[in-house]
Amino acid sequence: MISATEILRLSGRALRRNKLRSFLTALGIIIGVAAVIFMQSIGEGAKARIRAQIESTGTNIVMLFSGTSQGPGGRGGAGTQPSITWEDLRAIQTELPSVLAAAPQMNAGQPVISETNTWNTQITGTTPEFFQIRNWPVSSGAIFTASDQASAAKNAVIGQTAAENLFGAGVDPIGQIVRIRDAPFTIIGVLEKKGQNGMGQDQDDVIFIPLSAFQTRMQRGLGKFVPGRIFVSATSPDTIPRARAEIASLLRERHRLGPEDEDDFSTSSMAEMTSMLTTTTETMTLLLSSIALVSLIVGGIGVMNIMLVSVTERTREIGIRMAVGAQPADILAQFLIEALVLAAVGGMLGIVFGIGIGHLLAAKFGWTMLTRPAIVLLALGVSAGVGVVFGLYPARKASRLDPIDALRYE
Amino acid sequence: MALIELRALRKVYQSGDSEFAALHDVNLDIDRGEFVAISGSSGSGKSTLMNILGCLDSPSQGSYVLAERDVARLSRLELARIRNEFIGFVFQNFNLLSRTSAAENVELPLIYAKVPPGERHRRAKEALDRVGLAHRAGHTPSQLSGGQQQRVAIARALVTRPPLILADEPTGNLDSATSVEIMKLLTDLQQSGITIVFVTHEPDIAAYAARKLALKDGGIISDVRQTPMLASAAGAEVHA
Repeated sequence: MISATEILRLSGRALRRNKLRSFLTALGIIIGVAAVIFMQSIGEGAKARIRAQIESTGTNIVMLFSGTSQGPGGRGGAGTQPSITWEDLRAIQTELPSVLAAAPQMNAGQPVISETNTWNTQITGTTPEFFQIRNWPVSSGAIFTASDQASAAKNAVIGQTAAENLFGAGVDPIGQIVRIRDAPFTIIGVLEKKGQNGMGQDQDDVIFIPLSAFQTRMQRGLGKFVPGRIFVSATSPDTIPRARAEIASLLRERHRLGPEDEDDFSTSSMAEMTSMLTTTTETMTLLLSSIALVSLIVGGIGVMNIMLVSVTERTREIGIRMAVGAQPADILAQFLIEALVLAAVGGMLGIVFGIGIGHLLAAKFGWTMLTRPAIVLLALGVSAGVGVVFGLYPARKASRLDPIDALRYE
Repeated sequence: MALIELRALRKVYQSGDSEFAALHDVNLDIDRGEFVAISGSSGSGKSTLMNILGCLDSPSQGSYVLAERDVARLSRLELARIRNEFIGFVFQNFNLLSRTSAAENVELPLIYAKVPPGERHRRAKEALDRVGLAHRAGHTPSQLSGGQQQRVAIARALVTRPPLILADEPTGNLDSATSVEIMKLLTDLQQSGITIVFVTHEPDIAAYAARKLALKDGGIISDVRQTPMLASAAGAEVHA
C-alpha cells in the first residue's frame, strides 16, 4: 500500500475538486458537532452556576431536623415531631469536635410595615451563630447579639432586597422602625447582598430577628424543644460526614435510643442538595446532547451518501488507477480518508462554530458557557468516527470494483 | 524464455446454468521485443485475451507465465503489483484522469510503485519528452487533441519502464493521419526493446506489426509473421 501522506494528498485533491459539494457535506457534520458542543457547554455552564450558588449558602453546612411524627395517620415529614431540646443544641455546639457552630432557624412569610411601605417578606427567627454559619456579614450596622436572643429583643437585621422595598433605594435602614405583627422592631444591621440561591430564590428578601422574639411574636414553640430546623456548620467541607456521625451518636445517646430504635431526627448536607440539582441539569444536558448527536448521525449519513455518489461518478477513475497498479487497499484508503477528512474538518469547524455561537448567545442571554476540553476532544473523535463508519461502506464498494467493468463504465 | 507463455488457456463465463467458453485451448508464446497485432471480430475472444494478458482478469483453466512468473492464480493484490511493474496499458478511449495535468496522469503508475515525488516528476517529464509532449505537461486532457491524449497515455504506459505494453484499439478513436503518428510511436518503442501487443480490427493498422494473430470463437485461427510496415531492418530481422 502507498504511504499515508500520498493518500492524504490524493484525497485532499479530490475534495478540493468539488469544493461546494465537500463543504455542504461537511456542513452536516459542522452543524451536528456545533450543536453537541453548544449544548454541552451551556449545560456545563448551568451546572457550574448552580454549584456556585449552592456554595454561596455554605459548603460545610449540615441541616438537622427533628424526628418524624408517627401516628394512626401515617408518618409525617422530617421535623414534624419535635425531639431536639435546647440542651441537645447546646451539647452539639460545645461537645462535638467536628462542629463549628449550630443555629436553629424558623421561617414565616409575613407583611412588614415601614413608615412608607408594606412589604411581604420572609421573617426568619434565628440565633447570632447563624450569620457565622452562613458566612454572611453585615454591610452596615451590626448583628443582634446573644443577649438580644436571651431577652427576646425587638432588633432586626435586614436583607438588601427587603430593605429597598421597605425604605426605598438610597435610604439608610439603620435605626428605622418596622412593624411585624404590630410589634415594632428596630433595624440594627443590613446584610451583604447574597443573590439567588440554587432554587432561584432571592436570598436578600428577608428580615432576621432573634428566635426568641420570633417565638413570642410569630409562632410559639414548645419551650423545651428547639423549633424549626438547625443549621450546623462542620469545621470544613471534608468533616461533614464526621460531623453528621457525631451529631447522630450524640443525639442517640442523649435520647436514650436502643440499637434497634430508629433515629428521632435526621440530617442532610448541602453536598446532597448540590448533587441532586446538578443531576437534574445533567439529565437535561444529556437529553439535549442526544438530540444534537442525532443531527451528527444525520450528518454522517450525508457523508455516506456523497461518498457513494462519488464512487459511482469516479468508477472509471477507479478502473484507471487499478489498471496502472493501485491495489484494493490503496483504493479503500483513498475513499476512506476522503470521508474521514470531510468529517474531521467538519468536526473542527463545528467546534469553532459551536463555541463561537455559544459565546455570542451566552453573552446575549446571560448564560454561562463552560466548554470542557474533554468534550472538544470527544466531539472531534466522534466526528472522525462518523467519517470512518459512514465512509467504510462506500470505500469498500470502490475497492471491490472489477477493474475491467470499472474501465468500461460510462 | 518467452516473455509470455499461455498453455491450454481457457476462460469460461457462467450465465445461469449454461457455460460459455470465451477462450479455449489457447497456446501462445510471445518473445521479448515482439510486435504483435491481434485481430478478430467482436465476440472472437480478443478482449478476453487482452484482459488476461493484462492481468486484469484470471483464466479459468490453463497456465499463464509472464516474465517467468506464474500469474494464472494470483490474488487481486498480487495482480495489481504485476500490472504496475510489468505492464503498460494504452486504451482506445485514452482513459486519462480528467481535470488532471498530463504530467500528473503520467505520474499515476509511479505513485502506486511508491516512487518518491521528486523522481516521479523527473521520470514523468522524461516519458512525456519521449512521446514529444514535454511542452504540454501542464495541460489537462480537455486541452489536448485526441492524438496528444493518446501520446500522454503512451507516456503513462512507458513511465514504469515495463517490458510489455498492451494497447487495445489504440487508434480506434483517431483519424488516419493521427493513427499513423501513434503507430510510428509504438514502432519506435518496440524497436527500443519493449514488447508491444495491440488489438485492432483495421488491416492497415495490423500491418505495422511483425506478427499477426487472428482469433475466432475463442481460439487462435492464424498466427503469421510479416514484414512490418515501418521495418527498419534492425527491428524486423531479429524476430523474422
